[in-house]
Amino acid sequence: MKIWVPMDSAAKAVGADEVARSIAETAASRGIDVQIIRNGSRGMIWLEPLVEVETDQGRVGFGPVSVEDVPALLEGTLPGLGPVEQIPFFARQTRLTFARCGVIDPLDLDDYQAHGGLAGLRRAIAMPREDIVTEVTDSGLRGRGGAGFPTGIKWKTVMQAEADQKYIVCNADEGDSGTFADRMIMEGDPFTLIEGMAIAGIGVGATRGYVYLRSEYPDAIKVMNAAVAIARDRGVLGPRVLGSDHAFDMEIRMGAGAYVCGEETSLLNSLEGKRGVVRAKPPLPALEGFLGKPTVVNNVISLATVPVIFEKGAAHYADFGVNRSRGTATLQIAGNVRQGGLFECAFGITLGEVVNDIAGGTASGRPVKAVQVGGPLGAYMPIQKFDTPMGYEEFDQKGGLIGHAGMVVFDDSADMLQMARFAMEFCAVESCGKCTPCRIGAVRGVETIDRIAAGDAAATELLTDLCETMKDGSLCALGGFTPFPVMSALQGFPDDFATQKEAAE
Amino acid sequence: MHPNAPAPTTEDIRAIAAPLASLEGPLLPMLHAVQEAYGHVPEAAVPVLSDILNLGRAEVHGVISFYHDFRKAPAGKHILKICRAEACQAMGGNGLAQATLDKLGIDWHGTTPNGAVTVEPVYCLGMCACAPAAMLDDKVVARLDDARMDRLLKEAGA
Repeated sequence: MKIWVPMDSAAKAVGADEVARSIAETAASRGIDVQIIRNGSRGMIWLEPLVEVETDQGRVGFGPVSVEDVPALLEGTLPGLGPVEQIPFFARQTRLTFARCGVIDPLDLDDYQAHGGLAGLRRAIAMPREDIVTEVTDSGLRGRGGAGFPTGIKWKTVMQAEADQKYIVCNADEGDSGTFADRMIMEGDPFTLIEGMAIAGIGVGATRGYVYLRSEYPDAIKVMNAAVAIARDRGVLGPRVLGSDHAFDMEIRMGAGAYVCGEETSLLNSLEGKRGVVRAKPPLPALEGFLGKPTVVNNVISLATVPVIFEKGAAHYADFGVNRSRGTATLQIAGNVRQGGLFECAFGITLGEVVNDIAGGTASGRPVKAVQVGGPLGAYMPIQKFDTPMGYEEFDQKGGLIGHAGMVVFDDSADMLQMARFAMEFCAVESCGKCTPCRIGAVRGVETIDRIAAGDAAATELLTDLCETMKDGSLCALGGFTPFPVMSALQGFPDDFATQKEAAE
Repeated sequence: MHPNAPAPTTEDIRAIAAPLASLEGPLLPMLHAVQEAYGHVPEAAVPVLSDILNLGRAEVHGVISFYHDFRKAPAGKHILKICRAEACQAMGGNGLAQATLDKLGIDWHGTTPNGAVTVEPVYCLGMCACAPAAMLDDKVVARLDDARMDRLLKEAGA
């Protein structure tokens, strides 16, 4: 009997290890022959630990499974969820980037290849460098870290740069609240990231790569290190990638708890062993990046999507999506939701459909008040904006940003003044200190919001002015985008900012 | 590190850091290795690292002080990081964190009088769909409530 129990850290955080151990022990004591496979997560986090059992009708799901459920699970009397891929939340998805996540054993390279892995890299090896970059451009892939910059253009700049050494740097400093797609793919299908980085390296002529991975993800660090060792051992990485004339090798580097290091230039400084302060641009990292050499800096999901683009072709990928947002979005539905998790689908689905239909509303059962899309620097979207389609330009037009496509749902008990204050407080804690609007502005922002809370009506105008200054004067998105959550809270939820004085009148 | 353990010597620190000198951008890996060994980055490490890397002491100090992860003094026996970010807040994370601090009678970054637990804020553990979450040393725990938090604290000897 084959049983899958996820080793994803979200599953482990709600008891997957204990369940796996109990299955092994109970089966042994009863003389039942079971093979336990630790897979990644299917992304249906509200069902974790989601255990799957092989049956005549395919893999059947059970969840959330507790240790107490294990005897019934093995006896076949535990009520189940049916074939796991027919659960509506899963069945409605278009899984390209996450096609293997939750399906395979993350560290089994043969299983990876049996599910389409390395086909993209093999195809890329046979292509001229220019064609590799053109393929990425044609796919319409844009930076999934938040900025949405066309990946192909970035690669082309690095490809055309002349240098004795170039680098591929993967930004795995996924610090935004409400986002966990990077973590899930690194824990659930690490070879796809390695393959994507190898294709990038061959495409632009870089032979070394680094994954800058945050220290808050100890499980992902372990899995990635193990996967890199296996890939090196099996010749996927090294002086002759898959036996070709191309060299590419990579290392995993651990961050040190600074949110701002998710910004690409401060990430590069940190990787070099410096304070993670932001660099002024230009020069672009594509020309003067890590150690001053031409460097591709891409987010985990961007790079992990590259293999499927090469496996199935740029046109296949670009066929999905809406307007200038091509391919799939890896939505992360989080916070106060009934059904939270990872949902991959073509761009174009509306915010309301995601929150009400797919996520099934709030976990608390109370009405939705706001959804913060795109992390701590993203706007709070009120339900009046639920018709906004998921797309870079579409969100921009509504005063928001999709960022890394994380969405945190709040019910009507949320105090938006406090959320605005938190945004400023977070910016003050995490500011790198290089530019004044961010370093000082965030501190003044907290004070100004406290003045509003204390009944100073004039402070609202001051806060608006401060946000303008931060937006226009900050060097990077930390200071520049903190006004998004603050101003969207102020404008979308004015009642929460009504001063005590007004309330008394 | 045991509170009464002898202070790390220059030689000890050099033995940990020097093998990493050939890496590209070696300072962060060195600091992580030193902290892994001693539970903090002792002051004595600054001149050693600046010597190995040919950097000014101020520069090394500046890097150590920039990052939240590196601590100047040993923490409690266990470190409990409670997530303060938005997704956990949406699921009552603030109340849970405050109740925990009240129960222990400490503030953020404080250590319980018996030295068992240091409580620190963390901004996102990637558990946003099973919030609220915390991390006890390297173990992430999610869907926390008061009862589960009590079990965690008991486990840590707080």
